[in-house]
Order: sequence, then C-alpha cells, then structure tokens
Amino acid sequence: MTDTTADTATAAGHPKAGSLYQVSERTRRRHAAEQRFRMMGLAAVTFSILALLGLMTSILSNGLSSFHQTYVTMEVFLDPAKLDKKGNRNPEDIAKITTFTIQPLIQAALAETMEARGIAVEGVNAKKAVELISKEAPAQLRHFVLDNPEVIGQSVTFDLLASGRIDGYYKGRVSMESAALDRNISPEQLVLADQLKAAGILESRFNWSFFTAPDASDTRPEAAGLGVAILGSAYMMLIVLVLALPIGVAASIYLEEFAPQNRWTDMIEVNIANLAAVPSIVFGILGLAIFINFVGLPQSAPIVGGLVLTLMTLPTIIIATRAALKAVPPSINDAALGIGASKMQAIFHHVLPLAAPGILTGTIIGLAQALGETAPLLLIGMVAFVREYPGAPPEGFFDPASALPVQVYNWTQRGDPAFFERASGAIIVLLVFLVIMNAVAILLRRRFERRW
Amino acid sequence: MTEAATEIAVDTAIKESAIKMRGSDVSVFYGEKQALFGVNLDVRKNSVTALIGPSGCGKSTFLRCLNRMNDTIDICRVTGEITLEGENIYDPKIDVVELRARVGMVFQKPNPFPKSIYENVAYGPRIHGLTKSKAELDEIVESSLRKAAIWEEVKDRLHEPGTGLSGGQQQRLCIARAIAVSPEVILMDEPCSALDPIATAKVEELIDELRTNFTIVIVTHSMQQAARVSQRTAMFHLGKLVEEGDTDKMFTNPDTKLTQDYITGRFG
Repeated sequence: MTDTTADTATAAGHPKAGSLYQVSERTRRRHAAEQRFRMMGLAAVTFSILALLGLMTSILSNGLSSFHQTYVTMEVFLDPAKLDKKGNRNPEDIAKITTFTIQPLIQAALAETMEARGIAVEGVNAKKAVELISKEAPAQLRHFVLDNPEVIGQSVTFDLLASGRIDGYYKGRVSMESAALDRNISPEQLVLADQLKAAGILESRFNWSFFTAPDASDTRPEAAGLGVAILGSAYMMLIVLVLALPIGVAASIYLEEFAPQNRWTDMIEVNIANLAAVPSIVFGILGLAIFINFVGLPQSAPIVGGLVLTLMTLPTIIIATRAALKAVPPSINDAALGIGASKMQAIFHHVLPLAAPGILTGTIIGLAQALGETAPLLLIGMVAFVREYPGAPPEGFFDPASALPVQVYNWTQRGDPAFFERASGAIIVLLVFLVIMNAVAILLRRRFERRW
Repeated sequence: MTEAATEIAVDTAIKESAIKMRGSDVSVFYGEKQALFGVNLDVRKNSVTALIGPSGCGKSTFLRCLNRMNDTIDICRVTGEITLEGENIYDPKIDVVELRARVGMVFQKPNPFPKSIYENVAYGPRIHGLTKSKAELDEIVESSLRKAAIWEEVKDRLHEPGTGLSGGQQQRLCIARAIAVSPEVILMDEPCSALDPIATAKVEELIDELRTNFTIVIVTHSMQQAARVSQRTAMFHLGKLVEEGDTDKMFTNPDTKLTQDYITGRFG
C-alpha cells in the first residue's frame, strides 16, 4: 500500500498520502482480487472433498455389508449308508460321493432341527426349506468328509452359508414384495428365515471367507470371495517389484549420470515420457501379442500380468528416480569426486542413498498404480473364472489367477445383485491396499529423508 | 627496491624442481563460449598460490582444471597442457581417479557427506585402500582432524553427523577429509566465503600451517585474505591471466594498472 501511494504521490501529483486508515481505490481492488482468488480456491477444495466424500459414502454403503454373511448353524448326521456304501472307509470310494448324495443329508438335518425347535411355516416343505441354505453347502460338507473320513457316522455341527437371497433379505436387498415376484425365493421362506433367526439357528457374522474363498459361480454369490484375486495381485506386484525396480533404477542412473547428452539420449528421454502416457490397454495388446502369442506363456497367468504391468510401471519409476537423483545437490557428488572417488563410487556411496527415499516413493506409487490397473489384464485373460488357487511361487506364477480390479469388473458384469455388493466390497479391499501402500510411501519418505 | 630486485632475480631463476604444477597455454571452452584464454601459470611446491580477480574472470575455472573437476561438465573442453610433476594430467592415458587422489579439493560451500564425522574423513582412505586395519584408519582420521585443527572440537562426537557442525567446523572437516588421502596439492575454491570472520581466521591459520606439507592453490575474493595467506598471487581478468608474482610485490608494486586498481578496490 505504501509504495503505490508514494509512487502516485510523486508521479501524478496525487494528493498527499494521508492516514494509513485511508485505503486507496487501487489497493481496495487488489485486495478484492486476492479475496476472489481465495474464495475460488476454497470452492475448488470444497468441491473435491465433497466429491471424495460422495464416492466413499457410495462405496462404503454398498460394500461394507459384504464383510458380513448369514450362516445357518446346525448339526448334520453324516449317514454312513449314504457316504460310505461299502462300509470300508476306503478314501477312493468316499471320493466318489457327489454333492447330489449329500444334499438330502442337509435337507434331513434341517427338517430335523426345525422339528426339534418346533419351527414350521405353512407352504414350506423340507425341500423348500433347504433352499434357504446355499448350494455351496453340499460341497463344503463333501470337502469336510473327504478331509476327515473318520467322522462318517457321527453328527457334526456345521456353519453353512445361507443362500444369497436370504443373506440379501437381512441386508435390505430382498423384501417380502420382491420375494413375491422372485422365482428363487418366496415370502414364506423369508418368514421361515425369520423364525430360524429368532431360534438362533440362522445368524450373521464376520465374513472371513470373503478374503480367502475363491470366486463362485453365478448362482451362489454368497460363496464368492477374493482369495484367488488377492493372491494373483500379490504375485503380480512381486513380479513388478522384482523386475521394474532394478531395471528402472539402473536405467535412470545410466541416463542421469553416465549417458552423454546427445540426440539419442534426448530421443530416449522423450520416449520414456511418452511411454508413461500410453493408454494401459495398449500394453495389454502388447502383452497378448508378445508374451502369450509369441513367447507362448500361459494365459491368465500372473507372470504375464506381472510383465505387462512391469512395462507400464517402468516409466513411472524411471521418471521418479531421475527426479530423485536430480534433487541430490551436486556438491555431494563433487565432494566424492574431489577426493578421488570414481564416478560409480560417488553415485553408489553418496548420491543413491540420498535419492533412495524418492526412489522408494516413486516405486510404491508405481506399484499402487499397477495394483489398480484393469484394462491390460482383461486382454491377457486374467478375467477368466478361476476357482483354483495358484500354486506357490515360482511355479504358481504360471498358474491361472485373477486380480483384484479384474475381479471387481467381473462381479459387476453378473446378474445377481448380490455380486454388486461383492464388487463394492472388493473395491474397499483394493482401496485399503492402496491406502496402506501410500502410507508406507509417506512413512519411508519421512523416515529416510536426510538433510544436507 | 633492492629487495624487490633480488626477488625478481630469484623469481626468474626458480628451479624447475620447485614447480609442482604448470599450466601452459590453458584455454577452456564451455560449448561455444571461451572462458579461459591461453593461461600460463606455475604453482610452486609448498607454497600458497592465490588466484584473484573479479567474478567470472576464470579463476575458479582454472582451479577446477588442475584436478579435472571440469570433466563433470559435459560441454566443457580444455586445450593446452597442465602438468603435475612434469606429467600431463590431460593425457588420455592418465587415470583421473589417481590424479584426484594426489590433487584434492575443498569447495566454496562446506559439503560434508550426510554421514558421521568419522565416516566423512575415513571415506577417502577407505576407497583408496590406504589402510589395512581399523586401528590404522582410526589413526589417519585422528591425524587428519588434528591437521585440520578441528580434532579438539569433535573428538567426543566422531559418530555424530558431520552436517550437524557449524559452517566453519564443516569447512575444516572438509579440509580434513581432503587431507586424509594425503594429496600433494590441495585446491581451495573460496573456502571462506560462507564463513564468519572468526571461522575464516581459523581456516586461514590452518592454510598457513598446511603449507609445510602440502602445495595449496586458493581462489579468493578477499584481497586481505590473499595478502595474508599466500606467497604467490595470480590476477585474472576476463579469462586472461593479467599478472602473477610474489604476493608482497603484487600488493605493493604491481606491474599493471589493472591489478593496482583491483587491489585497491577501484574496480571489481
């Protein structure tokens, strides 16, 4: 304020500057402009926070319920007449039993439990009643029996999944009105579910199997889990880390410290920047053409996904590493060279350790990006329906697997609304992983940041 | 007068063996721009040579030529010949790492490594394989810190970071680090420009002591400093060597008006 009044006073014969309390028109306009800019900035920040809140609310309200699941707890008599017809407990013979054989056992057990508790609903016979229990239940029993053949002939208490519709009823997805129009469930069955719940047979609890179970078919959303997807994503991240970090850091050090400045290195630099901007689906096509069709690697395998994501992550890591190397003051490099360190020693003993926090941050952010990448994985077949867990690495890298973002995409494509809930739940899991990775990046930066 | 005359006589008769480094017709180019024009300058053994001149005159450029620190600048090109004990240091067959072990450097801004005081000093001997045991290394670290007149101040905190010292201490630490590899020549690029007067006095005192064991070339903007610490002075202007000679003579009876004006503060 003082300088303008002084200027105008001398230059244009402005009336002598008066009290400091008197604000000139020009100063007022400057302040008004600043005020407007502040308001705009505040509005922009508010808008982004609201958008984020909206997104989070929508995902959480849709997805949190997937962490709870409705179970039916009851005793099932494992009838030896059905499970082991020859009575010799031969594992090979037991292995021949099918879920069709087991289904009647569950039906009988439920009928018995209901009778013992005096639960009965008109219009729901034993066959209808057992529809409350997931189609996954017989498979669960079969696995249990195959793993523990000695239990045949005993009564064992099982936690069996309730069917998706019943689960949906307690999550507000299914109502009496919608059930009346639904082929898969009737209002009477819902009444029965309420009675079972009142009797403590049917209850909702934390859904660990959401994190461990493999994907499930269209008719049994209640059994679908993220196990294979999490494993697949973890394998891919491992491959990306092991390949992209050393290659990226080596390339950056070479380009930053050793490469001569000429047309070739300029071109390489421009192309690395371009590579970072290439749409990810293009990398998918590249992966399909080269790794699967040309090299002959298996489809849907984490190794292919990992290689494709490595290509995608490399530019990010190279750009971050070069920035981190540039940020190390040249005086450190000079100091090392000045006492006769070779260029390599100066870089590896002094420059690289100082750049490490920046490199790590860049790498983790690159990994987080790769973790959320979907498009290229669709093209290399990671979208396939995979129920088998991939084996332990390194062989497991070549087994079919899914990936978290692809699993989300996959579930949103299915008809049953229960899968929509699962998809939102999977998004929450993915976001939690991303938040953890970013937090680690921040922590590492804080911890290793050194002053010079 | 007679004293000056005898000095000139000695000057011309100086023995070849007393010359540590010799620059002959040294020109430096940064890309298209020429920064140094045919400089001929001798550096005498066990003496302090001060390079003075206004900013941008090429004195730092010349200094950095003496241990090939200019190599780190891609576009920099050096012509002419610089010898260390008669060997051309720009000979392609010369290993620059060996050269820098013999011609050490202290920079304008104190630049200790962000490591402990001990590690700062021990780094040079370690990479050059000068010691066989930890005890030997400890000894070198202690003697270097003692020679750099900082031992008493840091002996109780050798394992604290060197960056935690004051500016003057950091600069003396950097000098200790340079001494630790036992170079023959130490180049100092305005070593006191970032220091307060007390720290400056300490470093100057140190430079004078170091002269007995090392040959020192120092770039400085302070006329008083040049007069206090150096035996020989070279005046640069616009990339050319204007005048060189014994410091006493340069400051009392310079040959050129340019030097006279610069020293008395009439220009520059």
